[in-house]
Order: sequence, then C-alpha cells, then structure tokens
Amino acid sequence: MQDVQDPLIAAEVWLAEGRGVALATVIETWGSAPRPVGSHLVVDSDGNFLGSVSGGCVEGAVITEAAEVIASREPRMLEFGVADETAWRVGLSCGGRIRVQLERIGG
Amino acid sequence: MKREVLHAINRARVNRKAVATLTGPAGETDRVFHENDLPDGPLGEALARAFRTGKPGPVELESGNAFVNVYLPPVRIVVIGAVHISQALAPMARIAGYDLSVIDPRTAFATPERFDGVDLRADWPEDVLAERPLDAHTALAALTHDPKIDDFPLSAALSAGCFYVGALGSRKTHVKRVERLLALGHTESEIARISAPIGLDIGAATPAEIAVAVLGDIIAAYRRRGLASPAGDGA
Repeated sequence: MQDVQDPLIAAEVWLAEGRGVALATVIETWGSAPRPVGSHLVVDSDGNFLGSVSGGCVEGAVITEAAEVIASREPRMLEFGVADETAWRVGLSCGGRIRVQLERIGG
Repeated sequence: MKREVLHAINRARVNRKAVATLTGPAGETDRVFHENDLPDGPLGEALARAFRTGKPGPVELESGNAFVNVYLPPVRIVVIGAVHISQALAPMARIAGYDLSVIDPRTAFATPERFDGVDLRADWPEDVLAERPLDAHTALAALTHDPKIDDFPLSAALSAGCFYVGALGSRKTHVKRVERLLALGHTESEIARISAPIGLDIGAATPAEIAVAVLGDIIAAYRRRGLASPAGDGA
C-alpha cells in the first residue's frame, strides 16, 4: 500500500511538495467501459498524472481539463462516449460512455 | 476534496480498514465514513451496500444526486501449513491478484527452497497473527490437519469475521474439530461458516487440483460476500 504508483498515495506526496493536484473519478459508466466506477486519476498542475479513468482514450482530455480545475478551484463533470459528439473532442473506441468528476484536492 | 479527506482515505487503506467517501451534488468529496459509524437513512443504506459489495455508486440525497466511493483493503489469503497444496496455491493466488502468506512452525516444511518468493513465516500462528491480525478482508485456509497448529488460527478467523474460513480434513476430522471449537466458545452458526472439507467440489485429487478448488472457493466467497446474507461479512 506504500506503493508510489498508487494515485491517492502519490497525490498526498505531490501536495506535500506544494504542487496543485486534481482528482478525477469515474462516477458512472454505460455499456462497455475500460475502468470501473470509482477508478481514479490524479493530475498535477504541470500535467504529470498517475492512474487511469479509461484505457488511455480520454486521459488527455481529462488532464487538460484538470489544469483549469486546479486554477479555478471549481469542480467539473466530464462525459465521454462515441455516441455523444456534442461536447468532447475525444471518445471511447470501445463504444461505452463514462462520466468523470474532476475536483481540486486541498481547496 | 479536502486534504484531510485524502489523508483519511490513505490512512485507512494503509491500516487495512474499509473507508467510504461522499461526493456531494456540488462535486466536492468532503465526507469520510467508516464501516462501524454510518448515518441513518438512504445515505447510510447506500454506504452499507458499498461496504458490503465493494462497489461505488450513486445516492439520492435531499440536496441532489451524490456519489459514494468505497475503498476496501486488498484481499489477503493466510495459509496455515507450508504443505504441498500451499506450494501450488501460492503462485495461483499471485496470478489471481491476491496477497498470500504461509505460516507453519514446522521448520522442515517452512523452507525458502520450497516457497521461493512467498511471504513465509516459520513460527506459530499465535505469534504471527498477534503481530498481523486477521480481518474481514482476509481468507484463512488451514491446511496442516494438525489441531495444535490449525485450531488457533481457525478460532481467530471466526472471531475476526474473515470472509472465508476453510479447513482441510475429512468429515470425521471435522466433527472433532467442531467439538473443539464449540469448547472454545464459538457458536454453531459461526462454525458452520467453515468450508470443510475445504474447496469447491470439483473432484480435485492432486495437491495442485486441490489448490485450484481452494482458490475457487475463496473467490466465490469474496465475490458473493454479503449478497446472500447481509451480515455475512461483518464482525
């Protein structure tokens, strides 16, 4: 559990180093989704990240959004899916849909 | 998410305690819950379900839609007996993603040569378990046949609410074991939780086949815990 590859352990280390950190959490999935509900990705203000919310399909977009969440301190809800082309430029090739909640850690 | 919330999650995980969080309608994860301290109402029910199943999910609060996340400790298998079955079970458990330790005070059995790369303790279960207690997220498999070695950890596993307790031995051996556990103060319903003869009934004959049956039994107990009997994975 002292695993430095663990996103939540890493987040605490990053905070202690004075970095801004955002937490992404899969809160809902429809159809085939690569990572289950509850999965985490943590991102720092330089775009370093650990963990995953998909099989690598939407992480890029989450990291971009995370920088804004760290700066604004406002939580955000993101939705990704191939069927939904309205809001996001990336999608899940597996055909599933996921909802990801993004929040800054440490207020 | 408050920094204290992150710290509380990590502290619980390091200490092998289950912990859950609530993300409110505004998108902030600001509350932490422990298994033994749940609120009343729909939130308490959602939290209890999450602790039981290990599955996060939505919850409807008066203030709007919220989300419960839950963090259960990784499953650990404690094997009593550095026997032939354990030698096969150790690599299988590793492949299945479960932590495994082997305890056996008999130094002729508990040798590093027989258990390369396995967490092996050549000590009495009483001593090892005092240091590293069993818990609800641990499976215990007693494989020595020897009451002097198996009885204490079996009793400790029932008291700790291990999600799986299995004991190797014939039905006749088990009848005597039940008598000894009753004498130790365990109730019949507690003792009925012991899987004996150990393992799924797949006609396993060799040590490796019995290891498959034991691992399958453990996986079934883990994935179905609390679904048949809500109190099954409690204390």
